[in-house]
Amino acid sequence: MTREILLIEDERNIIEAISFILSRDGWTVRTHSNGTDAAEKVRSLRPDVVILDVMLPGRSGYDILRELRGEPAFADLPILMLTARGQARDREMAESAGVSAYMTKPFSNSEMLDAVRALAPVP
Amino acid sequence: MTTLNALVAVCLSYVFFLFVVAFVAERRAAAGRIRWLRSPIVYTLSLSIYCTAWTFYGAVGSAVRNGLEYVAIYVGPSLVMLGWFWVVRKLVRIGRSQRVTSIADLVSARYGKSNTLAVFVTILAVAGVTPYIALQLQSVTLSFEVFGADLAGGRFDRPHTATALWVAVGLALFTVIFGTRNLDANERHHGVVMAIAVEAVVKLVALLSVGVFVVWGLSGGVTETLARIDASELGTWNVAGGRWAGITFLSAAAFLCLPRIFQVLVVEAADESHLRTASWAFPAYLMLMSLFVVPIAVVGLDLLPAGSNPDLFVLTVPLSQGQEGLAVLSFLGGFSSATSMVIVAAIALSTMVSNHIVMPIWLRLTGGGASVSGDVRHIVLTARRLSIAGVVMLGYLYYAFSGGGAALATIGLVAFAGMAQVLPAMLGGIFWRGATRTGALAGLSVGFALWLYTLFLPSLGPGVLPVAMLDEGPLGLAFLRPQALFGIDGLDPLLHAIFWSMSLNAGAFFVGSVLSFPTPLERLQGAQFVNVFQHSPGPRSWAGRVAQTEDLMVMAQRILGATEAMALFRREARAQGARGDLPEPTPQFLERLERELAGSVGAATAHAMIGQIVGGMSVSVEDLMAVADESAQLMEYSARLEAQSTELSRTARQLRDANLKLTRLSVQKDAFLSQISHELRTPMTSIRAFSEILRDSGRLDAGERMRFASIIHDEAVRLTRLLDDLLDLSVLENGKVSLDIRAARLSEVIDRAVAAADAGAEDGALTIRRDRSDEDVTIVTDLDRLAQVFINLVSNARKYCEASAPALTIRVLTESDRVLVDFIDNGEGIGPEARDTIFEKFSRVAEQKAGGAGLGLAICRQIMARLGGDISYLPGQGGAAFRVEIAEASAMAAQ
Amino acid sequence: MTEGRPPLVFLERRSYRQRRVRDAARLLPVLGLFAWGVPLLWPRGEAAPGTASALVYVFAVWLGLVVAGALLSFLLSRGDVDDAREGGGDAP
Repeated sequence: MTREILLIEDERNIIEAISFILSRDGWTVRTHSNGTDAAEKVRSLRPDVVILDVMLPGRSGYDILRELRGEPAFADLPILMLTARGQARDREMAESAGVSAYMTKPFSNSEMLDAVRALAPVP
Repeated sequence: MTTLNALVAVCLSYVFFLFVVAFVAERRAAAGRIRWLRSPIVYTLSLSIYCTAWTFYGAVGSAVRNGLEYVAIYVGPSLVMLGWFWVVRKLVRIGRSQRVTSIADLVSARYGKSNTLAVFVTILAVAGVTPYIALQLQSVTLSFEVFGADLAGGRFDRPHTATALWVAVGLALFTVIFGTRNLDANERHHGVVMAIAVEAVVKLVALLSVGVFVVWGLSGGVTETLARIDASELGTWNVAGGRWAGITFLSAAAFLCLPRIFQVLVVEAADESHLRTASWAFPAYLMLMSLFVVPIAVVGLDLLPAGSNPDLFVLTVPLSQGQEGLAVLSFLGGFSSATSMVIVAAIALSTMVSNHIVMPIWLRLTGGGASVSGDVRHIVLTARRLSIAGVVMLGYLYYAFSGGGAALATIGLVAFAGMAQVLPAMLGGIFWRGATRTGALAGLSVGFALWLYTLFLPSLGPGVLPVAMLDEGPLGLAFLRPQALFGIDGLDPLLHAIFWSMSLNAGAFFVGSVLSFPTPLERLQGAQFVNVFQHSPGPRSWAGRVAQTEDLMVMAQRILGATEAMALFRREARAQGARGDLPEPTPQFLERLERELAGSVGAATAHAMIGQIVGGMSVSVEDLMAVADESAQLMEYSARLEAQSTELSRTARQLRDANLKLTRLSVQKDAFLSQISHELRTPMTSIRAFSEILRDSGRLDAGERMRFASIIHDEAVRLTRLLDDLLDLSVLENGKVSLDIRAARLSEVIDRAVAAADAGAEDGALTIRRDRSDEDVTIVTDLDRLAQVFINLVSNARKYCEASAPALTIRVLTESDRVLVDFIDNGEGIGPEARDTIFEKFSRVAEQKAGGAGLGLAICRQIMARLGGDISYLPGQGGAAFRVEIAEASAMAAQ
Repeated sequence: MTEGRPPLVFLERRSYRQRRVRDAARLLPVLGLFAWGVPLLWPRGEAAPGTASALVYVFAVWLGLVVAGALLSFLLSRGDVDDAREGGGDAP
């Protein structure tokens, strides 16, 4: 089966880069670029992994993460969070909201691949 | 009589000319073009009101009688100005930082805003200056008379007093018109100062012309003139050392203390740096004014019949040689000297009289129940106008009743000695922190009394003081003889009076100061005066600002008590929804505060205090504190306890404030850094990802490689732009930007901006609508910076306007004091919730189309603030609309 | 003194020059006082100097002071006056 990943990110060029890297690794990449209805999208798509940006138009990544973790269906969903702010406080906030993995922009492509693979090991 | 009429015509045209000069100067000042009105030369020339008709005509007379003694009268002021670094610089700085309006105001402000002192100095000034004004009227009348008699062949049938009356009325009118046009916080009068400067030139040219005529026309050159001087009856140096030193000292003291000199030297001083020029230029002026006095005196003695009045040689020497043109010029010189003195003296005195006598009385009279209309300005102006008329008329009456006799001729030095009594209190006040109000009052009263007794009353002639008293002393007490106090006989009366009045004045001032204890306000003011160079960071004007809430708080604490005041302020702050304990000074809050205060100090005082603040009247915090001080004493608070609690609560407040400020700053800094981090990391993410793809993936087709490389390129450009913007913003915010101010047509700037915005655009779909006839306005500003703002607005419209056929209208509105440029597009506009934040850093309206870093409008706002204008969002225009306001000084209507 | 700025012990050369110019500006009137005080020493009566020479002396002093004042004013205008650093100079 193909594994599906949902990328929630608003920067056009970053979307393109991540999509390129992941699709070459065999993932089906879906994208979504605003925060307002991101949780809705996760519910309808039910992806294997979610990559979530923090600063999204409409709603912050932390809020979306907290909402998803509040629902039993997504309590264990692997969610990788991306942030461009990179302060210690941001990491703490992400961890307390229940993130699975956390990366600071900019990242190397192999780092990103490793993180995603670790989150969803090939069955 | 036709020639006499011609003289009258010349006189009237000259006066008309002065009106025009003053009027034009006022107009230019109102139009903001005051640079040339406020040049150091004009300042220097305005100081020349030191040279009155008394010196213009009288110097020659004095030279005939006492040889070179007259020079001492000019030497004193020259020394004062050459030594500007000692005293005058400090006076001017204090004058500016304390918004001093007169010498009475200076003394009163230094000693805890004591109105008693102000009244004292005012009375002293009126007593000293009124005869002096009379002297000017006399000299104009006399010169007119001599001139007229000569022209009319010895007949002169006009009564003196009629001439004097017309001159007085004319001068009062001029002074009222140009001296009370506005109630400027700094009491500046551009028109008057300009007219005075013109008169200064006229009198200098007149005296120099007569001098040149005498030296080269009549005597045949410099060497011949010097020989003629030595051969004349003035041939040898005969000035008594005591008088030379005494008059030098007296004139120096008077130069600092005379109200009219103080007016131009300190009150009208536009710029402290002008002092540098005046420090040498004014002594040079005085030197030129006194250069030809002796030659004129010597030639006059030679040419004119014995018994001619030497006081009029300046006029009669050219007349006797048939030089009527020169004589008329000389007459105008004397006329200028007299009129400029009267005008400035009237302004200075009226300011003192109305501020320190009329207004306090008026406030007290209306204090009972009559409601104060609030238009205090109008009342102050009326009081000042009446005072001017009163002062000039007083001078006229003095002249009319004294009969214009010889008694007036000596009044010059007598008036000097009178005003010099202020010197110890003034100098002590600015150099010695220990000087107190009691000391100043003691010194002034002793000095004033001695001046009256030993100099002023005896100078009025035997009619006032009985001869017996002069000879034998009052009640036969010989040691109290007015001109030989304590048995010291044989001194020159003037020296005698200066010696005793000044030394006892200074002594009483010192002893009074040492023995008394100043009020807190006095100590505060004392420190501010003495250490003015540490308290005021540089030459600046003390703008008439609305009092700060904290100052109101301090005042309210003194009146209401610390706890109650704190509670009141906190309640108000809560009601306004403000954080912290200090409310904004809104009208509602001030009204409530006034009611609270009225309960303690009475309605009138409270209303005057608050009303004046709201009206922006020139009331300083010290004024309010003075009132508060007095009422606090009235209410018999336990002063020490209260002071302690006030001090404590204030310190606590300041600590809390400082802490709050630090926290706020640090939060802001964190947010800013985190924003910058985000803005930098975002493009870097794309760059890194795509460059790794290019590096690591062998099998990319040419199209992909091309595309990824161009993304890297675009993001690198974005990074550069972001850094540029950040640097630009940082420079602007720190105020380190240097502006390149030039003039240009507004249309040209807009052309440039539109062209530049077009060049950077990918698609040219935006239509721009302009009305070029409206844009035909000249602006003076930093054109590159203004274009930068315009470019930003045009590019924003291009980027964010969502309409199917995007169009941008650029509309120009020219108002009297500013030019408005509106940029209105036909898109969706900006929602009300976002309008507050669009000018903040990193604020973006359309997140999806993040082309820039969100710094553009923040930069625009900073630029407009630096240029003295504004940029704002204009709601209700159908699309997004921004209004750029170019401020008054930069905009000029096309001519 | 401006807050937080330690009192300076050594000044750079330019400020040092500036201060000495100010000292000269303070000294000038004292000089004038002396020069114009000289007439106090002149004898009166028979031995008194002629008015013409007295006149020349007084005006020569005047001219000298004006020129010196103008020179100092020019020198002062070149250095920006920084009062905050002046410290005790004006508050004896």
